[in-house]
Amino acid sequence: MTNTPLTPGVAAGRLDAAHLAANFADVAPPLGAHEARVAADRCYFCHDAPCVAACPTAIDIPLFIRQIATGTPEAAARSIFAQNILGGTCARVCPTENLCEGSCVRETAEGKPVEIGALQRFATDTAMASGGHPFARAAATGRKIAVVGAGPAGLACAHRLAMLGHAVTLYDAKPKAGGLNEYGLAAYKVPGGFAQAEVEWLLQIGGIAVVNGWALGREGSLDDLRAGHDAVFLGLGLAGVNALGLAGEHLDQVLPATDFIRELRQASDLTRLPVGRDVVVIGGGMTAIDAAVQSKLLGAENVTIVYRRTQPEMPASRHEQEHATASGVKIIASAAPIAIHGAGRVREVEFAYTRAGAKGLDLTSQTFRLKADQLFTAIGQTLADAPASVALDGRKIAVSGPGRTSLPNVWAGGDCAAGGDDLTVTAVAEGRDAAMDIHANLMGA
Amino acid sequence: MADLSSTFVGIRSPNPFWLASAPPTDKAYNVVRAYKAGWGGVVWKTLGEDGPPVVNVNGPRYGAIWGADRRLLGLNNIELITDRPLEVNLREIKQVKRDWKDRALVVSLMVPCTEDAWKAILKRVEETGADGVELNFGCPHGMAERGMGSAVGQVPEYIEMVTRWCKQNINTINSITSVDLDLFAPEPTLDGKGTHGGYCGPAVKPIALNMVAEIARNPATRALPISGIGGVTTWRDAAEFLALGAGNVQVCTAAMTYGFKIVQEMISGLSQYLDEKGIALTDLVGRAVPNVTDWQHLNLNYVTKAVISEADCIKCGRCYAACEDTSHQAIAMSADRVFTVKEEECVACNLCVDVCPVAGCITMRELAQGEVDKRTGRPVAPYANWTTHPNNPSARAAE
Repeated sequence: MTNTPLTPGVAAGRLDAAHLAANFADVAPPLGAHEARVAADRCYFCHDAPCVAACPTAIDIPLFIRQIATGTPEAAARSIFAQNILGGTCARVCPTENLCEGSCVRETAEGKPVEIGALQRFATDTAMASGGHPFARAAATGRKIAVVGAGPAGLACAHRLAMLGHAVTLYDAKPKAGGLNEYGLAAYKVPGGFAQAEVEWLLQIGGIAVVNGWALGREGSLDDLRAGHDAVFLGLGLAGVNALGLAGEHLDQVLPATDFIRELRQASDLTRLPVGRDVVVIGGGMTAIDAAVQSKLLGAENVTIVYRRTQPEMPASRHEQEHATASGVKIIASAAPIAIHGAGRVREVEFAYTRAGAKGLDLTSQTFRLKADQLFTAIGQTLADAPASVALDGRKIAVSGPGRTSLPNVWAGGDCAAGGDDLTVTAVAEGRDAAMDIHANLMGA
Repeated sequence: MADLSSTFVGIRSPNPFWLASAPPTDKAYNVVRAYKAGWGGVVWKTLGEDGPPVVNVNGPRYGAIWGADRRLLGLNNIELITDRPLEVNLREIKQVKRDWKDRALVVSLMVPCTEDAWKAILKRVEETGADGVELNFGCPHGMAERGMGSAVGQVPEYIEMVTRWCKQNINTINSITSVDLDLFAPEPTLDGKGTHGGYCGPAVKPIALNMVAEIARNPATRALPISGIGGVTTWRDAAEFLALGAGNVQVCTAAMTYGFKIVQEMISGLSQYLDEKGIALTDLVGRAVPNVTDWQHLNLNYVTKAVISEADCIKCGRCYAACEDTSHQAIAMSADRVFTVKEEECVACNLCVDVCPVAGCITMRELAQGEVDKRTGRPVAPYANWTTHPNNPSARAAE
């Protein structure tokens, strides 16, 4: 090994294997049984608890914590999974400070919420490790449903439908199921192959046939699916990315952050994954943070996130921002890119500071340049391949109620559907609720 | 710093905190450590008559119940009286008393119910120079089956008889703390079986306080010196026992949970409290006794209403759940989780105060005389109790 964080350009193996293994280990190690007990004891078992109201999947948090406190984590897990079958992933990646923990009355009382996310992980890990699946399928209904997209929304929808006795075919364009859980989250949030293990565990419900490498519009059309099934659920996610719209965007090593994260998640050997000495990430959401932190953990010397608005306006939670800065990432707020310089490949990115103007942000005359061997863009994702027949609301699929689209017997949920935050937990809620609506619709309930 | 020195049944000690006769006082090593830590006195673990030593179990002796964060709330114990030879105990007692003249040393005794047995052991204890003896009428397990301990304590005539032979009295509460749900046996479990044991720790304090108060206010017993014992854990617990008429207190479970050092907090806390109140220790003893009364003498015209401080409220809603589900539906909850008391429904039961996690957030406001109680629609009247209440069939006619 000859490379170091100081090696110029884009290079692999800046850190040795042991160092990389440590860097990409579990970012929030699980609670032990004693820690879980102590943490659970802090819950006040609130009436009509604010944490439940803050959870997009409305998990009965006081109940599951009391079940942990009384020594029955498996029962706790069942309470969680009944509302959110991807409770394992959500326990790891939910921005809890903005959701359940942010509304915990002990946050009000002491500034220290009950550790709901960590407790949820304790319960779900315990249950998943004990083997078996907590739910059983209802008697077969004879109805066939196509679910397109095996991300959080599609998985949650497919599971609920299968549980209710329907026969589900789950199509996904990628070689593996999981969607963003498999391809889009930072590796240190879901280490140890958790995403695939969770998919396998979820599929134990039975009644779900998974078809990988199947893309809507490529392997089949929406009309084909509608003809062959009683209902269709679209959980397409957002496969496209927004462009900066700047000259130089075509230069080598100017990449969507999602591509970098996907490659990293699928890399079998991180010592062979190249990263720049100087990395610049443009954007202010979770994707920007995940790309920046992982660049740093791979051994980049300088990693800078540049966000066009002020830092409090960053979509990434404060906890995520702090994690980035603690990992050595520099955050520059209120600056927008105005040019990408380089010859063949990117060398520098030029920014102008911004200020709030009458019609949004104004660029100021103050500019600066950052060296960049790699430039990752994380300024939002777009619905790339929506079927032409389904009505859109802006740039997403229009839905009413629990995911009903403009087409009969076609539902949609998750990031591809209009409305709701683009969060794993929101996608799960939408997939689950669409499944209940599909069931009610098909069974005439 | 307030003077905490105390005289109880003629025995002087630098403070009223004594260690109770129990495992912490079984031998010189422990007792000397206790004195060094600052305990005012000890009651040496109960001695039995000379002869083959007592046999204890060799499995677990203690069972427990816990509160949040595994804080020990109650402990029970199936250890018997000392299992060391009488001779060894007496020799150690003599030496310890000689080395620690300013501290109280009382010896607990339990022998069979014969005059000779008691007289024999008393003579030998007297020779050690110990300050006094305690007659163990409380031990609830193991010894009772042999006609000693609580078997005696539950028969007043026996107590009178034994006390006459010798020249005090707590009956330990029997308990099973928990059941092992895999072994289906009481805990602590020995070879698949369990038994009842004496209950102690914070959980018994309310029971012990009531017993002390009953002895202190009963005309027939109020002159008796009382050593308060049962769940004393902090200076505040000790002050409560003293206020209800105990001349000193004895501690065991708290020491067994946290070690002897806790006496330092007890000394500093009681001392600060007495200084703040500007009273002496003797002024505290019995000060609350006149305010312990029977239900029928409580003022039925004392009317209060709960008040919830929105500024202190953390919006957990426990007051609402408790009142709505299990009490008088007297708390309203708004969509944005503001909780307010409906005075027209509030009977002032205090349940909301008790379940609120924030001390002082919910308080009880006393209605002034003449103010209209919105629940009854009647103005608050002067003092009147059940004895004169019109609904009381045996009430004396109210003038």
